Parts: sequence; C-alpha cells; structure tokens
Amino acid sequence: MNRYPVWKYVVIALALIVGGLYALPNFFGESPAVQVSAGKSMVKVDAGTLVQVQAALKVAGLEPDLLALDGASVKARFTTPDDQLKAKDALQKALNPDPADPSYVVALNLLSRSPGWLSALKASPMYLGLDLRGGVHFMLQVDMQAALAKRAESLSGDLRTMLREKNIRHSGINRVGQTIEIKFRDMATLQAARNLVQDQLADLQTVDTPDGTEFKLTASIKPEAGRRIQEQALKQNITTLHNRINELGVAEPVIQQQGLDRIVVQLPGVQDTAKAKDILGRTATLEVRMVDESAEGRAAELGTAMVPFGSERYLERNGQTVIVKKQVILTGENLTDAQPGFDSQTQEPSVNLNLDAKGTRIFRDVTRENVGKRMAILLFEKGKGEVVTAPVIRTEIGGGRVQISGRMTTVEANDTALLLRAGSLAAPMEIIEEMTIGPSLGAENIAKGFRSVAYGFVAVALFMCVYYMLFGVFSSVALAFNLLLLVAVLSMLQATLTLPGMAAMALVLGMAIDSNVLINERIREELRNGASPQAAIHTGYDRAWATIFDSNITTLIAGLALLAFGSGPVRGFAVVHCLGIMTSMFSGVFFSRGVVNFWYGRQNRLKSVSIGTIWRPDGAVAVKAE
Amino acid sequence: MEFFRIKRDIPFMRHALVFNIISLITFLAAVFFLFSRGLHLSVEFTGGTVMEVTYEQPADLAKVRATIAGLGFADVQVQNFGTARNVLIRLPVQKGVSSAQQSNQVMTALQAADASATMRRTEFVGPQVGDELAADGLKALAFVVVGIMVYLAVRFEWKFAVAAIIANLHDVIIILGFFAFFHWEFSLPVLAAVLAVLGYSVNESVVIFDRIRENFRRYRKMTTVEIINNAITSTISRTIITHGSTQMMVLSMLLFGGATLHYFALALTIGILFGIYSSVFVAAAIAMWLGIQREDLVKGGSAKKETDPNDPNAGATV
Repeated sequence: MNRYPVWKYVVIALALIVGGLYALPNFFGESPAVQVSAGKSMVKVDAGTLVQVQAALKVAGLEPDLLALDGASVKARFTTPDDQLKAKDALQKALNPDPADPSYVVALNLLSRSPGWLSALKASPMYLGLDLRGGVHFMLQVDMQAALAKRAESLSGDLRTMLREKNIRHSGINRVGQTIEIKFRDMATLQAARNLVQDQLADLQTVDTPDGTEFKLTASIKPEAGRRIQEQALKQNITTLHNRINELGVAEPVIQQQGLDRIVVQLPGVQDTAKAKDILGRTATLEVRMVDESAEGRAAELGTAMVPFGSERYLERNGQTVIVKKQVILTGENLTDAQPGFDSQTQEPSVNLNLDAKGTRIFRDVTRENVGKRMAILLFEKGKGEVVTAPVIRTEIGGGRVQISGRMTTVEANDTALLLRAGSLAAPMEIIEEMTIGPSLGAENIAKGFRSVAYGFVAVALFMCVYYMLFGVFSSVALAFNLLLLVAVLSMLQATLTLPGMAAMALVLGMAIDSNVLINERIREELRNGASPQAAIHTGYDRAWATIFDSNITTLIAGLALLAFGSGPVRGFAVVHCLGIMTSMFSGVFFSRGVVNFWYGRQNRLKSVSIGTIWRPDGAVAVKAE
Repeated sequence: MEFFRIKRDIPFMRHALVFNIISLITFLAAVFFLFSRGLHLSVEFTGGTVMEVTYEQPADLAKVRATIAGLGFADVQVQNFGTARNVLIRLPVQKGVSSAQQSNQVMTALQAADASATMRRTEFVGPQVGDELAADGLKALAFVVVGIMVYLAVRFEWKFAVAAIIANLHDVIIILGFFAFFHWEFSLPVLAAVLAVLGYSVNESVVIFDRIRENFRRYRKMTTVEIINNAITSTISRTIITHGSTQMMVLSMLLFGGATLHYFALALTIGILFGIYSSVFVAAAIAMWLGIQREDLVKGGSAKKETDPNDPNAGATV
C-alpha cells in the first residue's frame, strides 16, 4: 500500500531536475562587469556596438572573460574589479568622444558567473533587492493638482487666442485654481463663446452664471480629460527621470509607476548617493513666457512701480529682475531636446532647442508677432521660479529649431542646456520615501541572512535526525528539497530577494518542518496503538494530510494579507512566505512520502521502521522499533 | 528518543479557568502598557529620516549629538545600532528642508567632525506615507482575522473560529504589549512577523480542533471535556516539537541575523512562545465554554448513528 505509481516518481524527478537547474545559477556567484547601453533615444545598441566595444577593449589591453550583446546592452565580464574600472574608463573614452554629450551609458554592474548553457535556459540567479546589493530607492509623488492647474493655464491661453481670432469680445479671462472664468457683457457673446469652447476645446466643460451686471462662463477640465492629463504627466515624468538617470550611468535602473500618482526609482549599486539624490531631486518644471514690456512692466523691472496685473516678478540667474507675463506660451512638455552648441555665423556659444509639432506652431506665431521683444524661459523648482534666460526675439522662428545665443560662455551654454533638458517635467514631484543602502551593508546583510538560514537549517535537521532517526533523515531531505524548490521558484519568477525575504525563508523552513513532525508523530502513534509498520506509515500520512492542509491554509491567509496590503519590506517578506508555504506542502507531504515509499514501500514483510523510540504507556516494555 | 511519556490524558480542562485568568491578566497588562507607554513606532510609520553611520573607532555618541544639534535640528535621537561603532540617527520630518538635503547636511557635518564616518544607509519616509502604512497594516490585520474566521467556520464550526481568533488575537496584543513595555522599535518587518505569527499559531488551534473532531467521531462515549483533554494530550508532543523547531530557526535569526532582523526575530519568539500557550489552552477552553458538541462537528453522522447504534466506529473515517 505504500507504493507510488511511476508517474508520481516522474513528477518528483522532474521537480528535482527543474528545481536543481533553476537554483543552480545562484551558486556561481557574480563577477564585476561593464555594461554599455544607449544614452539617447536615437542611439541603437547592436552588433556594431559590440564590435566597437571589442575593439576599444583590445586597444586598452583588456581581455573580458565574457562579452555579449544582451537585449539592448553590451555586457563585458571581468575577473577583477580592477580590470572592470579600467575597462569602464577605456569604453567611456572610446564611445563618448564628447563627455558633455554622451551617446552611451557606460555603467558598472555585476554579472552572474553561471555558464552559458544555463543562461540559454533562461536560468538566472535570484534578483537581489537594494538592501542586499546596496543602492538608492526613491518614491516620488507627482503633484497632480499642479499638473491640472498648469493645463488649465495653458488652455486659458488657447481660449484667449481663439476668442480674439473669432472676434468674440470678453471683459476678462482668469484662471482660478483649475477652472477658467471668462466674463462677458451680454448673453449672446457668452453663447458664442460657449459654442466655441464646445467645438474646439473638447477637454473643457462649461457652466454659465450671471455675475452682477455681467455674465460669467466658468470652464473646467472634464474628469476624463483630467485623468488623461494626469496619466500623461506621469508618463512624461517617468521619461524625464529615465533621461536624468542615464546621466548617472546606472546599469539596471528601475523606474516604475506605483498607484496613480507615484513613481518608484531604484538605482542598484549606485555608490555616489549624494549625486543621485541631487540629479533626481531636481524637481523642476519649465515654462516659456513673454517678458512684460509695457511701460508699467519696464517701471516695475526698475523697481519704481508695482508689478502690473497679469504679470509676475522673477529673478534671473544673475540676480536681475525680470517682469514676466502670467500667460504660459510653452511648457517643458513641448521641448524635446536642448543641446549646447555654437552659432554658425558668429561662433558664439549657444543653446539649441528642439520643439515638438505643437510647440513649433505656437512658437512660430508668437515669434512672428513679437520680433524685437524678449521671451523668458523659466525654471520652477519646488514652487520657486527662476528665469534661466530671457533672450530677445530676432526673427520669426519656424521649424521648431530654436537657437539662443549671445552673452554666454561655453560653460553657461552647457549648464543652460542641461537645465532645460532635465527640467522638462510635466508636473512637479516630491520625494516622499527614500532609502540609501551602502554597498558594504548590502554584503553584510547577505552574509547575515545566509547564516540565519544555514545555521537554523542545520539545527533543525540535526534535531530531526536524532529524534526521528531515519524518518528524521527523510524529513531533513524533504526540508532541503523545499529550500531548493523555493530558491528555484524565486529565481524563475525573478522575484526580488530582500533581507526580510531571507528571514521569511528561514521562518518558512521552521514552519515547514511542522508537516513532517505531524506525520512522524502520527506514525509513532499508530505504531504505539499496535498497527503494523506499513499500515502505520499509510494512516500516518493520510490522517496528517487534512491537518497539514488546514494549517497551511491559515498561514497562507496571513501571507496573502501581507502580500495584498504590504509594501516595501513587507511585500518582500510576503512573497517568499507564500511561495514557501506552497513548496512546503509539495515537499513535506508528496516528496517525503515518495522517499519513504521508495525506502520502505517495496518490503512486504516490514517488521519495523526507524522512527525513534515508540514508547507504550502500559509501561511493560519500551519497544525500540528498529 | 521520546520526550513525552504520558501515561493517561492530562486533565487540562480542569484548569481551564486558571489558564484563562492568567491569559486575561497578561492581556490586560499588555493593553495597559500599550496605552500608558505607547508603541515606539519606526520612521516608516511616523515619517522622518533614519541614518546609519559607521565609525572606525567606537563612536562617541555625545559628540555625534553635539554635532547634529549644531545644525539646528530639533528632536534628534542618537543611539548605537548593533555594535558600538555603528550609530543610528533619527531625525523628525523638517518643514522646508528636503530629506536629501537633511541627510547630506548631517553627513557633511559628521565627516567634518570625524573623517572616518561613513554612511551605511539612510531612510526617509514622508509623513503621508506613514499614515498609509499604518492604515494598510490595520487592513492586513482585519483581512487575516476575517479570512481565518471564515475558513475555520466553513471547515469546522463558528465556535471554533471564534475561539481560535480570540486566543490568537490576544497573542498579538501580548506581543504588542512587550514592544510597548520594553520600548522596542515597532517597524514594518515586526508587523509582518506579528501577522505571520497570527497565521502560524492558528495552526496550533487547527491541529487541536482537527483532533477534537476526530475524537468526537471515534470515541462516542467520551464527554466533551474528556475529548478535549485527549486531543490536547495526544497532540502536545507534536505541538512542542514543531514550535521548538520553528523557534530554533528564529533563534538562529536572532543570533546571526544582525541588528536589522533583531526585533523581527524577537516578535516571532514571543509570538511562538505565547502561541503554544494560547492556542492550546485558551482556544480549546473558549471552544468548550462556547459549548461545542458532537453534533456540531459530526455532520450527517446522526442518520448513520441510528442505523447502526452499536458500531463503535460509526462516523470514523480512516
């Protein structure tokens, strides 16, 4: 009765082989490596890049022990960190001739030492979390209210232009928070304006209210348009963060949306955390507006009069006052690129901007109407605005290519370009969670986590072997199999292993042994009650199964709750915990039964089993069933 | 080897009242400390910045405190972490200063005071995140409680579900009471440990309830109290060995896991120790007082009973 059909052994053998294969890469460890990926959207990393990298390394006299094109990056593995650093410098020089404008990101990384055939099976080691490998984690909150307010502002600008074009007279357009209020003298013009809004601006919905002797039309952003604006803002910010992080040169950055208005950024292995924070924390937004050049504006600029209505006062980087109109012409959204360069005629340093289609159209109209006037580019950081530059418009600019030149040094041009490029966030962001783990702490955490699991495992296995004899050995083998399966599943899913995850691994092993204790105790009890060894094994396993199932379900409920509501460290714990419970049901019952069946099942006239002392309460003799 | 040479069933239920009074006193003490001393919540819940800095020599805490006080931050806590060379600095949320600036400022000042200071980790949590985490923690607890109760009610009987949850929730309160009394830091991993322990010690109740159900089917002449005593006695060796094994693992974490896992392992230790006690003695006693009977558990057995009243194995499943 204690025989498994062949298919069950096949399942066990398959689980062993697959589990073994996928757990294997974790034992090879990691080697220092250099990773080359694209630094700009135009740059493609392909076989050509691979040849370039190969050549550059040869020139530097470095011999990587593995060089491969992997997805969108070239990876070169070295034996020593020394070679790795040399290779990074060599590649940096060879691939990025202009350090101010790098086309490639050359980053330090760690690569698994597992042989090629394992990688070909897509077997890779577990992905280590930041607390184990060191690095920076940020959670950024996007200020969606600001994004909506900004959108309302730019819509009110559009509306003003449209009303003028259609010759609809109004007595004032004002943005109040996220709504736009337009005043009219009579109902007829209000009607005309409302029809215009309905036809042309699909994002707005309108309500009209009498306002004293005038009529007021209040336009607000439709909820669905609002959602779209928020989604776009989030995407735009993620793209901007990508670009900024590329400047940092991180091998495997994680930039993910979390919830509706949050972005998680993880930069594993980053050593210079201050710089990372600096670059990421630059929560700037960009706006292009006209300088107020009315008489009042000029006077206010000199400090002799009040700032006129509809304008604001900002400071330029050199401390000069600039009076700028409130109406926003362009935002960072319309700016696709900003690069330092030189004016082709005067050879002066310049900043060259590229605008998207919408930006190009608006820019052409504005420049045509305002030749000889000044335009200001403002950068907002944490609600505080600053004028980056306020150049004079010399001619109408079409085609979306804008050159800002004059009164600039090369360094200033570089700085301005960088600020403009990095400043194109659709909505301001704020860091609401931050974690920095030094690399030494990461290595220490791995060692500690590993030691906890190893020593705990050895202690439990030793105890089981002493207390339950051969059945204890079976239980320990099942426990080891559980660990193997858990590691294999985690590697397969490429789940992130963190220190709490390692703690969960230890805990789950401690709990998994429960199944085997239950079974072994049941078998002893059956033997004590006089059952034959084969029958005792059979009933022991059968009776214990229901209990094991029930108790694992309750543990799993707790694990699932942690998975559903936990975040950060708790989630890392919960993933391993839940997976561990499931693998333990397989290994503790199905696998251990297989081992027992294999050992004892064939013996028809089994007289005794090695499960330690079977003590009978009648006190006659303590029978050692062996 | 056999640790448990028990000749006859131990009359646990005779002392049910004593066990429950002990439980009640511990519980009330825990509640008292929770309210009078409060939990020492980590930055994850309160918001703020934590920095771990390491020195080559054992750190002079007074000097570190003076250096940070010089920066003008209020309410700064400085303490050793793990070893004498590691220092944990806790800064509350400061208005108008970003976390990045705050930790950079502190680090620069510390390095100016002692060049061997190196940053091991910093952690900043904004106040809005803290509130969410606390809310999520409570939601998770509610989910576990409801989930386990529904499962036990379906699988066994509502009386068992109520008994198991009361017994094990009082465990949770006792763990929290320990954390309040000793002013240990209550962090997210500790919360995870508490919930894991809740699921784990319900196991114990499940094992005993399973035995009680089986006994009801097998021994038709026994009274409820005898059945419970027999169930506890025959599972006690398994209960203690299982908990011992889990405790060995947790102990290994406590000893080798370092400062980060310290409170996590501590919460598990308390949870496991009280888990044995409450899920065995308290849960069974509450179930007894709620009045569990053979009819509650041996469903559909009544018809069979009538057809063959003399069969001692009626209702037994093998």
